[in-house]
Amino acid sequence: MATFIQLLVSGLATGAIYALIAVGFTLVWQTSQTINFAQGEFVMLPAFFVLAATNAGAPFWLATFIGIALSVLVLGILFKFIVVDPMLKYGVLPLVISTIALSLFLKEGVKDFYSSQAQPFPALVPAIDIHVFEAVISTQSLAVLAVAVITVVALNLLLNGTRVGRQMQATAQNVTLARILGVPVRRMVLYTFLINAVLVAIASILVSPIYLAKFTNGETLGMAAFIAAIIGGFNQVRGAVLGGVVLGVLDNLSAAYISSQYRGAFPLIILVAVILLRPQGLLGRVEERSV
Amino acid sequence: MTRFGMLVFVVAVAAGVTGPFLLRPFGLYLISMWAVLTIAAIGLNLTLGYAGQVSLAQGAFVGIGAYTAALLTQAGCPFVIAFVAAGSLCFIIGWILGYPALRVQHHYLAFVTLAFTTLVFLVLRNEEWLTGGIYGINGIQRPNVFGWSTAKAINFYFFSFGVLAALAFATWWMLRSPWGRAFVALRENPIRAASLGVDTRRYTLMAFAIGSSLGGMSGALYAPLVQFIEPNSFSLGLSFSLLLMVIIGGSGYFFGPFVGTLIAVLLPEWLRVTEGYYLIVYAAAVMAMMAFCPAGLLGLIERSARALGGRRRPETTQALVGGADS
Repeated sequence: MATFIQLLVSGLATGAIYALIAVGFTLVWQTSQTINFAQGEFVMLPAFFVLAATNAGAPFWLATFIGIALSVLVLGILFKFIVVDPMLKYGVLPLVISTIALSLFLKEGVKDFYSSQAQPFPALVPAIDIHVFEAVISTQSLAVLAVAVITVVALNLLLNGTRVGRQMQATAQNVTLARILGVPVRRMVLYTFLINAVLVAIASILVSPIYLAKFTNGETLGMAAFIAAIIGGFNQVRGAVLGGVVLGVLDNLSAAYISSQYRGAFPLIILVAVILLRPQGLLGRVEERSV
Repeated sequence: MTRFGMLVFVVAVAAGVTGPFLLRPFGLYLISMWAVLTIAAIGLNLTLGYAGQVSLAQGAFVGIGAYTAALLTQAGCPFVIAFVAAGSLCFIIGWILGYPALRVQHHYLAFVTLAFTTLVFLVLRNEEWLTGGIYGINGIQRPNVFGWSTAKAINFYFFSFGVLAALAFATWWMLRSPWGRAFVALRENPIRAASLGVDTRRYTLMAFAIGSSLGGMSGALYAPLVQFIEPNSFSLGLSFSLLLMVIIGGSGYFFGPFVGTLIAVLLPEWLRVTEGYYLIVYAAAVMAMMAFCPAGLLGLIERSARALGGRRRPETTQALVGGADS
């Protein structure tokens, strides 16, 4: 039982990180039909911004802000204007290819210009073990959970509670109608890219103390984000949150109780099962297919 | 095919036959690799260029083919049978994999195949009793084909080139048959194709399965070419590279994979001056190409030829209407 609780909590923490990545992924997909195959590398990169800032002498809290700001600039604004915008007119496929190339570019860039070695990354809180019902729970897991929950709640308030958020939702649901109603669609699309950049930066800062900052981190994280988005429902923010959490917990439990060698396989099997049985995802709506 | 296209084709074949005599061993290895990977790229081009589906599993099929051929030949099975087995196995797996994925929305095949590639990698790595795990399989022999030894590098090149030519011809013939024209029809206008009675789902599935099968055959040649296979060679990276090869050459153009693979195989050599930065340069070049000319190099050539010559019709519509001048 104690092991189970431990696995559950650490699974929830990993799942919360996956959820943040998946939410950004679905937001960008919804408003601009961009399937970002570089999403995993987007999570890998901000940690190196933070490390570079720390190396330049900034204290950790300042380095974190610099990391998020650089991430907004590079992964939000530059990505939108240099990579996505010139390609939207060609449809989905060239953009998919381009983001695949981008993921390679970012990975190799970090490897060649920073380091190919895993870098230690400072944790948010000192690691202290708390004993709850014989189970040992790390304060780090709790901190990750807390930050992730706060982020998701804040995002929800933004999307549902403010005028800008509702305009973004309108853009996601029906671009033409939103434009007719006077929503500044282009600006809304840009906002989702910026939100994605912030989300991946937060995820990066949360995940790097656990996995260490390494240029290959994006491979597993990107895959987790796709799977979480599909499991939960490609067109729902809460779907992506649910998908991420489910994935994190199942990943941990299956690795402990079934087979650790095939740890990577269980999420994929769930993915295929969801695509077969409920292609719109657990919480997703069936999209009307425009022909 | 136009007269100019014919000329290029003849020159290319002549270069493919006479070139090897001028090359050193490493050059021979590279062009053999080109011939082998082109087969996989032709297969992917069927899926991507003709049926319009993004597959990230071609590298995994090359892997399945390579392991099948290596294991069978090491067990004493003649190469020809191993080759056919690799192709058939990948056809069946492709069919089983595509069946669920193609039932749902278009971009799902990309994700399912992504997952599949990772699964194949895990199986290759973990099932040591069969695949040798991370140590891979060593000392794969170059085969004797109907009594002709391909142990010498130049012989193996001619063997690969011959297989490539035969498979390319078969694909070309298939695409020209009424049956193959349906592939083009469902890329150009799936709704119209469906309304004309083409079972689009079935044809998409067929294109994917045949494409996978070509991947397997490519793998069956890859194993004896490299003589050492291990799981990492067939991870997601190879699938991405193959996808980029098809796109760079020009997806949907018959000769696109030939050009794209040539560039992908030679570019690391040409960019040796950039030392470790070759992949960065490559990735940036692909992004630039997508932004300016998503139809690939052959698309670029065709566009400039049309701008110069004026009235050449694009190849796609030619293929559809039967190509009066082909």
